[in-house]
Amino acid sequence: MSADPTQVLAFDPSCHIFQSNGCGFEGPGLHSFLFEPLWGDTNGLYFNKPMLLALLGSIIIVGFFWAAFRKPKLVPGKFQMVAEAGYDFVRRGIVYETIGKKEGEKWVPLMVSIFFFVWMMNLWSIVPVAQFPVTSIIAYPAVLALVVYVIWMSLTFKRHGFVGGFKNLTGYDKSLGGVLPLVMTIEFFSNVLVRPFTHAVRLFANMFAGHTLLLLFTIASWYMLNGIGIAYSGVSFVMVIVMTGFELFIQAVQAYVFVLLACVFIQGAVAEHH
Amino acid sequence: MVQLAAEGKENPLVPPWPELVIGLLAFVIVFGFLAKKLLPNINKVLDERREAIEGGIEKAEAAQTEAQSVLEQYKAQLAEARHEAARLRQEATEQGTALIQEMRAEGQRQREEIIAAGHAQIEADRKAAAHSLRQDVGKLATDLAGKLVGESLEDHARQSRTIDRFLGELEEKAEAVR
Repeated sequence: MSADPTQVLAFDPSCHIFQSNGCGFEGPGLHSFLFEPLWGDTNGLYFNKPMLLALLGSIIIVGFFWAAFRKPKLVPGKFQMVAEAGYDFVRRGIVYETIGKKEGEKWVPLMVSIFFFVWMMNLWSIVPVAQFPVTSIIAYPAVLALVVYVIWMSLTFKRHGFVGGFKNLTGYDKSLGGVLPLVMTIEFFSNVLVRPFTHAVRLFANMFAGHTLLLLFTIASWYMLNGIGIAYSGVSFVMVIVMTGFELFIQAVQAYVFVLLACVFIQGAVAEHH
Repeated sequence: MVQLAAEGKENPLVPPWPELVIGLLAFVIVFGFLAKKLLPNINKVLDERREAIEGGIEKAEAAQTEAQSVLEQYKAQLAEARHEAARLRQEATEQGTALIQEMRAEGQRQREEIIAAGHAQIEADRKAAAHSLRQDVGKLATDLAGKLVGESLEDHARQSRTIDRFLGELEEKAEAVR
């Protein structure tokens, strides 16, 4: 695997199957997720394509909601209606369902922001020219997971005090008797250490894998576009289309799952310990 | 894998800090706008809309209640009017009957009156005719008798007494025959 961190295109476009110039198939890999900085130096400050997409995505989300909700009307226009439907989906469909209306109301803005942010970052994957899911760079899911984690932890200890919060996180239950220390250890490990990690990695890995698959079929379509290979290329291209549709679905699902988990964490924090 | 982990930049699970900062910044932009301005905006409108809808429903309910009461009122009034009309009709019928009865009685009375008057008139006429006849017959008879006996029987007192006596006899005869 050639790990050229400065590579911009995911593959060498001059290379085809059955050519005598000796080049081979270069599959996608980690190098596909590394970008030459648009500005600066990778050792210090720099600015690259995912960063640009992240900021651009933010502006798009803000722009969308700005246009829809800046001067909202009692009788909504089409645009406002669409935005309201999205807002209502997160509010009722996720937050109220998990945390409940009374406790959840306060967390609606955060969850709505996370949902649309994650979804937008995922959507970049199939936006022409951009064609890269920002969330397949671990930093972006990690930041979001960290925000949720900090809120979750501070809320837990604020609600239940230090001891109560600890009991809440470790699933303290007297009736367990002898196995209680073991359960508490596992629960502590699972809740406090593993959860934020899996929270971030779940999103990252899904988008990473999805993008890799798309790349694989795209590169293969191009690579096999020579001689008899054209037939295989066609199959591969059909897969590109199919996977793009599938990615569209996965992007929304992952945004949903990410927010759902965040809500479940917070619900655990505000809930009375069982 | 060990090699990748050692290199850091190559490990996809180790986030470089500039990307963390940009990620956080991007998210804060979204969260800031949505949480501080746009979502409160839409929440206000959603609340207003809910109130408007609830208010509308209340208004509709009030209107329906009012319509119901007005309908009841109209129905009551209509029933009353019908009742009144029936009563009036009944009264008119009764009055008509009474009037007809009265008129019939009056007619009967007038008829009888007219008949009675007619009878009296006939009686009076008869009497006058009889009286006049008696005078005429007396005069004719006297004239005739005077011519026959050649002497004037113009002495009124005598003449009248004789005629009356004669006619009285005649009437008596007629009475006797009848």
